[in-house]
Amino acid sequence: MRFTEFKNHEREMYLFQLRVGFAGVAVLIAFALLFARFFQLQVVQHEAYASKAEDNRISIVPIAPNRGLILDRNGVVLARNYSAYTLEIFPAKVKDVERTIQELSEVIDVQPKDRSRFRKLHAETRNAESLPIRTRLSDEEVARFAANRYRFPGVEIKARLFRQYPYGALASHVIGYIGRISTKDQERLTELDVEANYRGTDFIGKAGLEASYEQELHGTTGMEQVEIDAAGRGIRTLARTPAQAGNNVTLTLDIKLQEVAEAAFGERRGALVAIEPSTGGILAFVSMPGFDPNLFVDGIDPQSWSELNNSPDRPLNNRAIAGVYPPGSTFKPYMALAALELGKRTPKSAINDPGYFEFGGRRFRDSKAGGHGHVDLFKSIVVSSDTFYYQLANDMGIDAIAGFMAKFGFGSKSGIDLEGESTGVLPSPEWKQKRFRRPEQQKWYAGETISIGIGQGYNAYTPIQIGVALATLAANGDMYRPRLVSHIDNLRTGERRHIEPVLQQRLPLKPENVEFVKRAMAGVNKQGTGARAFGNAEYTNGGKTGTAQVVGMKQGEKYDEKKVAERHRDHSLFIVFAPLESPKIALMAIVENGGFGARAAAPIARTVLDYYLLGKLPVTEAPAGVAVKPGAAAADEEESD
Amino acid sequence: MELTALSPRRMLLRVADGIDGPLLAIGLCLAALGIATLFSASYENPGRVTAQVANLCVALLAMWLVAQIPPQTLMRVAVPAYFLGVALLIAVALAGDVVNGARRWLHVGVTRFQPSEMMKLALPMMLAWYFHKNEATLRLRDFLVAAVLLAVPVLLIARQPDLGTAVLVAAVGFYVIFFAGIGWKVLVGLGLLGAASLFPLWGMLHDYQRRRILTLFDPSQDPLGAGYHTIQSTIAVGSGGLTGKGWLHGTQTHLEFIPERHTDFIFAVFSEEFGLIGNVALLTLYTLLIARGLMIAANAATFFARLLAAAVTLMFFTYAFVNMGMVSGVLPVVGVPLPFISYGGTALLTLFIGIGILMSVHNHRRLVQT
Repeated sequence: MRFTEFKNHEREMYLFQLRVGFAGVAVLIAFALLFARFFQLQVVQHEAYASKAEDNRISIVPIAPNRGLILDRNGVVLARNYSAYTLEIFPAKVKDVERTIQELSEVIDVQPKDRSRFRKLHAETRNAESLPIRTRLSDEEVARFAANRYRFPGVEIKARLFRQYPYGALASHVIGYIGRISTKDQERLTELDVEANYRGTDFIGKAGLEASYEQELHGTTGMEQVEIDAAGRGIRTLARTPAQAGNNVTLTLDIKLQEVAEAAFGERRGALVAIEPSTGGILAFVSMPGFDPNLFVDGIDPQSWSELNNSPDRPLNNRAIAGVYPPGSTFKPYMALAALELGKRTPKSAINDPGYFEFGGRRFRDSKAGGHGHVDLFKSIVVSSDTFYYQLANDMGIDAIAGFMAKFGFGSKSGIDLEGESTGVLPSPEWKQKRFRRPEQQKWYAGETISIGIGQGYNAYTPIQIGVALATLAANGDMYRPRLVSHIDNLRTGERRHIEPVLQQRLPLKPENVEFVKRAMAGVNKQGTGARAFGNAEYTNGGKTGTAQVVGMKQGEKYDEKKVAERHRDHSLFIVFAPLESPKIALMAIVENGGFGARAAAPIARTVLDYYLLGKLPVTEAPAGVAVKPGAAAADEEESD
Repeated sequence: MELTALSPRRMLLRVADGIDGPLLAIGLCLAALGIATLFSASYENPGRVTAQVANLCVALLAMWLVAQIPPQTLMRVAVPAYFLGVALLIAVALAGDVVNGARRWLHVGVTRFQPSEMMKLALPMMLAWYFHKNEATLRLRDFLVAAVLLAVPVLLIARQPDLGTAVLVAAVGFYVIFFAGIGWKVLVGLGLLGAASLFPLWGMLHDYQRRRILTLFDPSQDPLGAGYHTIQSTIAVGSGGLTGKGWLHGTQTHLEFIPERHTDFIFAVFSEEFGLIGNVALLTLYTLLIARGLMIAANAATFFARLLAAAVTLMFFTYAFVNMGMVSGVLPVVGVPLPFISYGGTALLTLFIGIGILMSVHNHRRLVQT
């Protein structure tokens, strides 16, 4: 036994050494092959490669493509490129950057703003070879620098294309802006495997459509083979593959309508979304206040940045897709529709509204003291009876409400072609379970269902969700994905790609129920809460006012006392579609802290609809409600919404 | 107290205890060539040279420490090291940092670290341990188990994605299986099976992955992207000629045509400046290193030590072969550094620990197993 083991060991050792020998031979063969390759490259083909290295000297220089334009639905240019001279420093070739800038400022005007921007770029940008210290040089400045060029090795004048947004702040949240490629962007480009196409490109879309349509707008980088001397300076061009400009992106948005809408907001904060119900195309998309995207193009200077970033009005926040608000009474038409669809109410169902609804020993008050008296389903929408909907919500239960509202897109992202959309909150017991950690908070209380019925409580939706829900109602249940882009043009091939409307779902609603709710909404604007703004409209329409309570303020925000009071006021909402038969536009507007829906948001909606349907420009006067004193709000108190 | 009694000469002997002279000499020669080349490649950033010298000191210390550890102890840590490595790889997949599009790094306190790197040694240790345990009764089933032990970390690394390290780890694992005595018939069969599976695999690839593979065969297809590296490094090697352009005089290097010239493509710099003569010298050094390693393996006392030493030695070979092959344009570009030459502390550490393992095996070659 021991003997065989020993034999085995011997044999094993022999086998192993055989294999080691085999490996050794394999290594020698592999190295011999490598040697053969080296011999081939370095001796046989040496001449060829030597001259290639000499030609290397032929450097491949990428040519950045022109970025595609952004146009409105009528072809008005919203984002374009222009060529300008910039003065750029190559940090790697300059010994003392600060001193160079100091000396440059003796030749060319360099503002403190330029310096701080340069420092910011220097710190943030990926291994950039050159960075601008001054942009948009005048011809005279170019000449002056050329004369002093010898003093500044490592500083050069470059002709570059710049992005320009001719309308400034108008539609800034739609268009967005471009900025220098950051380390983070660079990582994303690597992940997408498109970094080769970004050689020579310094800018990338950062927000809005500039970001979400980056792939379309950017284009294809070309290249140029340039002969360079031993120091790396270009002598002549040998071959050239031209760059292919990015595609032009045309929007569904009408910039004139946008202008009318933004002007109607004046100085007020808020959002507005106008949708074509039959396609989902967005006609106007407002988030106020906006910002001037041109500030970002050269790299924003730190001071402007901190002003934008720290303003209490939060101009960089895209309220239309990222802001969440309770819908207030604009929720009621959907509640009524749910009641009809689920058989919880008929058009004849009526209550006697004493001005409150009592549940579990607690009184939920109507906004109209004393109540609306006899209220049927139709009247409940027209006069916006809270009591009616408290009771209805209680009868339906939270699960039925949440189930129905989810179909209209409440509480889920609309899928609009912009980045940064919020989900909002469609309240339900499941949501509460996930949202809270403590068991006593996780439980859904029946009392919480009641204020859900009037669009308050945990309800929180983005304006785009509220707009899409309205467009879906207007289109009798056809829900289209909202989108800002109508078509994309490839200028080189002349090919036009239409972005077809995407019918997301067709809600199986009973036509008579939809018809009923629409008629009630028409009633709102004829004799109800919307009548003041829409009573004399020259087209048929249906709407609903809404007032959303502001739930306190965030901690750590500091305003003076007047402002605090102002910011605690209710948000004013209004939804409207027109014409009644086959609607062409569905619009939602919200004015932050604007008070009652009928007062602030409805007149804005009217102005926009008048322009869109009739081509009527608003009479220039101070928009209604722009400077309401706190006292005035109290005067409106008995007005119900 | 005993220490104070030692004369300087004896202290030196004590330190040199367990150090294999030829291995150390070859390693130092290679590292010196590396630092000289790095000096030329990073003229714009001399800090790298200092950093690499510091890396070298750490690596030498690690080598010395490992050389003192007997292989039996290495065998004891093999299993925990392997499973720790796999656990860390899973942690990377779940919570690693993404750098340049790949998830490879794991945060450990203040520093980051690549678990795939430790697999280069933990896997051969594990496999050698497994074969050692079942030495008397090795059959096909054991090789299947080994194949699974090999596949788990390799797949985890490949999906990070880190093709270069996956190739190295797979190769070193395969070497253990090979030296353990897997049958030739099985080997050839597996080879054929592997070749046949390439066709359906091709169908599963993304467009951009196919493009990358096609670029390997024809770099001119993508001269701005992946092909650019190979085109420029081939020119560098070819233009170096017989004697090279001289240290610090490579135009390809100094006109910045060679990307990643201090890491994966440092061989292009070396080759351009030292020519075919330099390349032959380098190949000779590697050959000597491998010869010494295989010799140590052939004389090792235990099955474990034999397998580990042989596999580690061939790992050096794989590093060198794949790197020089890719830089000279005959092998695909995967991220494999040139051993002992490329800039980078982690790779250098692994390599010198590998040398330390060889020394340890060599020191204990006469230990009779009880």
